[in-house]
Parts: sequence; C-alpha cells; structure tokens
Amino acid sequence: MTVYTKAMNRIQQAFQQDKKLLNIYFTAGYPRLNDTVPILKALASAGADVIEIGVPFSDPLADGPVIQQSSSVALQNGMNMRVLFGQLKGVREQVPNTPILLMGYLNPVMQFGVENFCREAAAAGVDGVILPDLPLDDYVAEYQDIFRRHNLRPVFLITPQTAPERIRRIDELTDSFLYLVSGPGTTGGANTQAAGVQEAYFERIEAMNLRNPRLVGFGISDKQSFEKACQHAEGAIIGSALIRALEGADDAPAAAAAFVSSVIK
Amino acid sequence: MTAPTYQQPTERGYYGQFGGAFIPEMLYPNVEELRQQYLAIMADPAFQQEYQQLLRDYVGRPTPLFEAKRLSAKYNTRVFLKREDLCHTGAHKVNNTVGQILLARRLGKTRIIAETGAGQHGVATATVCALMGMECIVYMGEVDMERQKPNVYRMRLLGAEVRPASSGSKTLKDATNEAIRDWISNPVDTHYIIGSVVGPHPYPDLVARLQAVISEEMRKQLLEKTGSELPQYVVACVGGGSNAAGAFYHFLEDAEVQLVAVEAAGHGVHSGHSAATSVLGKPGIIHGSRTLLMQDEDGQITEPYSLSAGLDYPGIGPLHAFLADAGRAQFISVTDDDALKAVVECSRLEGIIPALETAHALAVLDRIGAGPDDVVVINLSGRGDKDLETYIQQDLM
Repeated sequence: MTVYTKAMNRIQQAFQQDKKLLNIYFTAGYPRLNDTVPILKALASAGADVIEIGVPFSDPLADGPVIQQSSSVALQNGMNMRVLFGQLKGVREQVPNTPILLMGYLNPVMQFGVENFCREAAAAGVDGVILPDLPLDDYVAEYQDIFRRHNLRPVFLITPQTAPERIRRIDELTDSFLYLVSGPGTTGGANTQAAGVQEAYFERIEAMNLRNPRLVGFGISDKQSFEKACQHAEGAIIGSALIRALEGADDAPAAAAAFVSSVIK
Repeated sequence: MTAPTYQQPTERGYYGQFGGAFIPEMLYPNVEELRQQYLAIMADPAFQQEYQQLLRDYVGRPTPLFEAKRLSAKYNTRVFLKREDLCHTGAHKVNNTVGQILLARRLGKTRIIAETGAGQHGVATATVCALMGMECIVYMGEVDMERQKPNVYRMRLLGAEVRPASSGSKTLKDATNEAIRDWISNPVDTHYIIGSVVGPHPYPDLVARLQAVISEEMRKQLLEKTGSELPQYVVACVGGGSNAAGAFYHFLEDAEVQLVAVEAAGHGVHSGHSAATSVLGKPGIIHGSRTLLMQDEDGQITEPYSLSAGLDYPGIGPLHAFLADAGRAQFISVTDDDALKAVVECSRLEGIIPALETAHALAVLDRIGAGPDDVVVINLSGRGDKDLETYIQQDLM
C-alpha cells in the first residue's frame, strides 16, 4: 500500500523543507465534538507544517489552564479514544502530507490498550506519539517494539534541566524531532526567564549536533515569539494560543486558519 | 538485596505491579535527585539525631498507646488506641513533614510546596516551614477550603500562603495536580512535601519510612502492656494511606498480624458517591504512580466522594494497592453515616473526639471478627477539632 510507505517518512520529509516549521497543537473534540477533522484540515491548508492532536485527559499534569479547560470541554462533549479514531478514519485522503501526531497522557492509552492504540493510530495515518508521562525506561522496555511495528515515532521532551547524556539517549530513541520545552512551567505560560537564559539553553542544545531536528514549545503564542523561538531551532510549537483563538468562535476551522496565517504571514 | 518484602519497593519503586515514576520530563531531574539521595540522607546519623530530637521535643513523641476499656467492653475485645491525635498539630501528618523539611534543607531547597485535603498535612507543612523559616505554599481544593475552614486559617496564621485549586471536583486530587504544576514551574529551588504514600517513586517509600515511627512505637508499647509485640489486628483509615502505612509498616512481615485498611464508602460503595478505591478502582496512573485508581472505561479519573476531606481521593498509595492485591491487608469500607456514629461513640465512651477520617477506622470494630482475647490496635490518626463545623451541620446529637 503506497499510502503507508509515504506515511513512514512524513515527519522527516517535513523537515526537508527550507523553512522554519510551525507545529500546531489542538484538542480533539474542542470546541465541539465534530470539529476535530475540520480544524485539522483548516490548519493544514492554512500552512501548519506539523499538527498535534491532543487526546483529552481528565488530569493533564503538564498542561496549563487553557489546555486543561479545552480537555474538560472535549470530555464533556463525549470525546474518547474510540470516537477520535472514528473521526480520523479516512483523514489521509483529505490531509495527505502534513505529519500528524497524537499527544496525550499514558492512562487513557493504557486503558485502551497500547497495541490497540498503536494499531488504530497507524491505520488512521498518524506518524508519531507524544506521551509526556511515559518514562524513557518504560518506553524502551514495554512500548518500543509495538511503536516500531506500527511505524509510530515517539517524541520526547527536553527541558533546561535535562542532563546531556539523557538528551543523547532521547536523541537515539527516535527519528522525528526533539521537543524542547522552552523553560520552567506548564503549557501556555509566559516566558519569565531572565534575558539570555533561554538563549544559552537553546545554544547549548544546538551545539550538541544531535541527529534529530528540534522544535521549541511552551509559551510560544504569536508571530513574534514564534520567530524568536525559531532562531535556534528548526521550528516551534503553538498550542494554548490556538485554543484561545477557538474559544467562542462561531466558525472554529476558520478561526484556526486565521490564527495560522497570523503567525506565518 | 534480600528477597522482596512488603516494606521495600524495588529500585524503580515497584510494589508488585504498583508504583514507578510516571512523570513528565520537567519533573525528572527533581524526582531523580530525591531518589538518588533520600536513603543516604535519612541514614546519616546527623539527620537521624535532628529528626529524632524534633519528634521528641517538638512533635511530642512517643505518642501514648491507650487501652480503651469502654470500647473494649462494648465490642468484647481488647482495644488500644494509638494516640497520633496527640501529636503537635493534631494528627500523624507532622511525622512526615518534620522529616521532609530536614531532607529539603539538605537538598539545598528554599521553597516548600504541599497539597492538602483535610488541611492536616497543610497545617503540618506550614508548621515546620515556620519552624525552619522557609517559604510555604499549600494547594487546597476550593471545596475542602470551605469544609475545613479552621485549618485554612491555621495555615495562614503560620505564615503559609493557601492557594485554592478550582479544577475538577476541587478536592485533594485537584490540589495535588496544582502542586505538581507548581513544581514543574519551579524546578530548582522548590521541594514538594507530598503528604501521603502517593506520587512518583521515591515518595511512597519516603513517606512510609517517615511514618513508620508509629508502628515502631506500637511494638514496644504492646510488649509492655500485653506481653507481646504483636497484636491480632492493626486498623487504620486509608485515603492515600500515610497513617495506615505508618501503622502497618513494622507489622508487614508478621503474617499473623491482620492488617485492616478502612476506606471511605461515602454514601455507599456502589452509590456513585464513594471513595472506596480498592473496590471501585483498577490499575491506572495517578500523580506519577501506577496504582489502583477510580476511573471510567476510557481511563479518565472519576471524581470520588467522601464527607471526610482526607479520604476523598480516587487512588491509594501503591503499597496499599499491593497489600490489597496480595491479600496481605483486609480492605473494608465505611459510609459517612457509620463514620459519624463512630465519632459520637468514641467521644462518649472514651472522651476522645476523633477526626472524621479516623472515625472510619473506629467504625469497623464489629466487622473484623475480633474475639475477647484478641488485641486490636486502632491508629487514632487525628483529632476532631477541624471537623467541628461538619459535626455541627450533621447534627450528631
């Protein structure tokens, strides 16, 4: 099946482009249950280079208030793993090239079954998975074989406190990108670090000459912060600011597209 | 290493299939630092000297083991109460916070955060922070702030900042989420004093070790009072499970001692308003630990219910999940109403007004099958002053 051969390289293909990549996160089933695919299409047509679909969880520890709120609305709307995979059926006919990742927490994946989750994700044409509370050792011991069998790439987070040898290990465990958390804090917070602290961290990682490209996330909210983050990375990730743009929008897909344009145009 | 025991988790923090450290990368350096250092710091004679001295001169240990003769007569068995309610601040929680604040100082931390349900852990944390002159921020669910008002005031009086947790059910689970998010945002200068045997490894083991003084004293006191270090039953209530962990700890390897963990049934185990995790939970991940967890079929954590703020938690510590799974401890659940009856009974028969959490443990005396010659030790984990408003509202008389 040619579709699957192509799917294997979508993330790496995206990084072949001679530009900084915009990765957009949005929560599945928000603001309305059936907005997931229309928003995904709108983001891709408006120029998002990578898309993360948030799988809502009741207790998202790494997330700030905006994504927490969107998750709880999505859950109230009836979003769950089964509904999401139902929505994503056939999505690759509409969004053929943009890498799609699922981002969520481990417990819903465990209850759905890791094998089931990976099989369904691969069938939908998903390229990678971000599970912030999955420990590296557990990934290697229990998940890696399943991920590989389904051609799914894990994406791991790196923070200013992550030790160099651990960064090297993370770099070995994937062929996608490294998620550089911009500074201390949960998603959606403002950058409160002293001038130069963040730059020094980005430069330190840049100097490690890692195998994988880097995307910077957390606290990126608009064109200005996007371009700043891109100075020491191949691109950046925006989540909470997009969710805020969707809040109360009559036409959520149009609002999503307008947000992407405001960052890259 | 010797063979695995109930007391000692594996190096990666597992009690059987339960435990571990399921944390985002932002917490990894902090938790790893703690994991690498906690045993060495606690084994240091200087630490032990300071800890033991504070337990004696500040907390007021050892706490008495009191033979409750009127309760004994009523239930036709020999009942002893381990008086943790007589600890400074009114509950066992301070055993843990005294130890962790000394640990935090040795780790070079200057700022302390904590979560609290009933407020007892928050007060115990605010207390040791005042003692050591450290900044203290306590997260507490909005619902709990309302039902445990005196403790909110006590924390503020002690100089702590109390921050409301307003997500979810606005109780202990949500306060813990907020404390973890604070730690993510303040990874360098802050130590998180978790109040129960929950959270990522090494917290369950760390807190169990600091509470183990309860059962260490029980054994000596029982020998003196009954001629044997071993009772037939040890009974304690379980929310996250810190007082039960402390009361069980030095009896875990003595198979002849029956361990009874009492959970909150709320309005009834199957009423949809309950916190009886061992019955309603299945393996899942909460607050960085794989344990028994109340959740729906999609793995979303469900909102627990108990009238008592300290037992209103959808999980139990991984040690307790293991004890339940292995059948080492018997788990019983007690409704709000039965706990309230036990409040009145203990007050009238023994002149001791227990905390609402503790009352759950007092309510099982007619359910464990203890005979006239059996010795039953109930861990009287806290006093009832903080619950007076609830008791007044419930019109106990």
